[in-house]
Amino acid sequence: MVKAEAVHKSFGRLEVLRGIDLEVNPKEVMCIIGPSGSGKSTFLRCINHLEKIDAGRLSVDGELVGYRDRGDKLYELPDSEVCKKRSEIGMVFQSFNLFPHMTALDNIIEAPMLVKKESRATAEARARRLLDRVGLADKVDAYPKQLSGGQQQRVAIARALAMEPKLMLFDEPTSALDPELVGDVLDVMRGLAEDGMTMVVVTHEMGFAREVGDSLVFMDAGIIVEAGNPREVLSNPRHERTKAFLSKVL
Amino acid sequence: MLLLAFAGIYTVVTAPLLHWETFWQFLFQRLILDGVRLTLVLTVAAMVIGITLGVVLAVMRLSPNPVMSAVSWFYIWFFRGTPVLVQIFFWFNVAIILPYVGVGIPFTHFGISVSTNVLIPAVVAAIFGLGFNEAAYMAEIVRAGIISVEHGQTEAAQALGMTRLQVMRRIVLPQAMRVIIPPTGNETISMLKTTSLAFVASVPELFTRADQIANSNFRYVELLFVASFWYLLMTSILTVGQFYMERYYARGAQRELTPTPFQRLRRLLFTFHVPGPT
Repeated sequence: MVKAEAVHKSFGRLEVLRGIDLEVNPKEVMCIIGPSGSGKSTFLRCINHLEKIDAGRLSVDGELVGYRDRGDKLYELPDSEVCKKRSEIGMVFQSFNLFPHMTALDNIIEAPMLVKKESRATAEARARRLLDRVGLADKVDAYPKQLSGGQQQRVAIARALAMEPKLMLFDEPTSALDPELVGDVLDVMRGLAEDGMTMVVVTHEMGFAREVGDSLVFMDAGIIVEAGNPREVLSNPRHERTKAFLSKVL
Repeated sequence: MLLLAFAGIYTVVTAPLLHWETFWQFLFQRLILDGVRLTLVLTVAAMVIGITLGVVLAVMRLSPNPVMSAVSWFYIWFFRGTPVLVQIFFWFNVAIILPYVGVGIPFTHFGISVSTNVLIPAVVAAIFGLGFNEAAYMAEIVRAGIISVEHGQTEAAQALGMTRLQVMRRIVLPQAMRVIIPPTGNETISMLKTTSLAFVASVPELFTRADQIANSNFRYVELLFVASFWYLLMTSILTVGQFYMERYYARGAQRELTPTPFQRLRRLLFTFHVPGPT
């Protein structure tokens, strides 16, 4: 589903990604862990072209993201085609980023109506189903400010799912939440994984990575240090850097 | 202080040579009322041009395309840098340098042309002058509003597949409104009074009318009072309108809306202390 080959990314003179190679299979849940500044969020944002990559190739579902392959050169795609590709990839942010001027329902139906030209009735019916699924059927008309962090994040997940994406990206979805609200969000994500959604999750929740993840990637300083089965990596890290990191967070 | 202000007002209002009956005579006079109507037309037309063009200029200014951004920068630099009085006068007199305007195919005789004086009568000259000048100021106000919206909003909308324009129209601008409305209200109130500059193009708006009448009866101060009365009335109405606009766009920004003055009054008058159970 996702294929990265030697992906490089710099911000000015700072090299954030120094050659990332990985592959995510359909229905796989991949968790990415690592210290802050290791480039894991940046990599996630490259997958849906919120950040442009400087070198390498990154494709989703067999198509390059943001570029067209012509001979051995890559051409940047126009805005409209990048948007089409993005609409197939759902993303959930650390800071929720719900639209504060819209109710929970309006947040969810906005993109399907605007981008996919769905009718209001179709979009609303799905939005209500999704809100029910994330356990917020009674919050249809609530504005984001009236919801707790955990509720906001679940609306944000519903909003991303409303586009019926092939792939979901989670950028530290529980890092901004109070500890007692983390569980509800993780439950929703676990349900998604069980339904066979392909997911890439940047997280600090080692428990989630161990139980739900099919694979685990440990990143540090812009490279993948270690990757493999979550249980093995977490209990039997082979690399010194992985050991050092895990000893601090576990 | 209050006493001093009161004394000042009292002195003017009871000035021996001030003819209050002239004030009342002209307050609702037809020529004056026509002037009020034209002042409103000028204000609305100039603000519509100003706001519409201002939004376009602001979006252009923030565009990643350097040509768009430069064109917008140049427009703002030029129209903000020259006096609005000069701009009105320019549109009024543009026929002197360009007597005819038309569209045609270059190097042929095909095409149509219209006399500039027909195309731009005095009222339109005033609207152009005021509106194009206003657009430069509105562009900066709208730009400030757009910048005030958190970048995460744009990213979330882009991640859902919205195009740049969709993000702007549906997500960023509605949120920017909260920042844009108060200064825009200010601009509208200021515009209402700036329309009096249309005087130089002999546009018969409120001030021109008052001045014309005063020229015939020499009651300048009384007629200035008449004009001031109408200007004050109109700006007062706009202030109320601004309050309700701000309230509407505060949706989602606050958990509860600010009460209207009426609601506040009602709460003050009709809130009783319910006696607790004894």
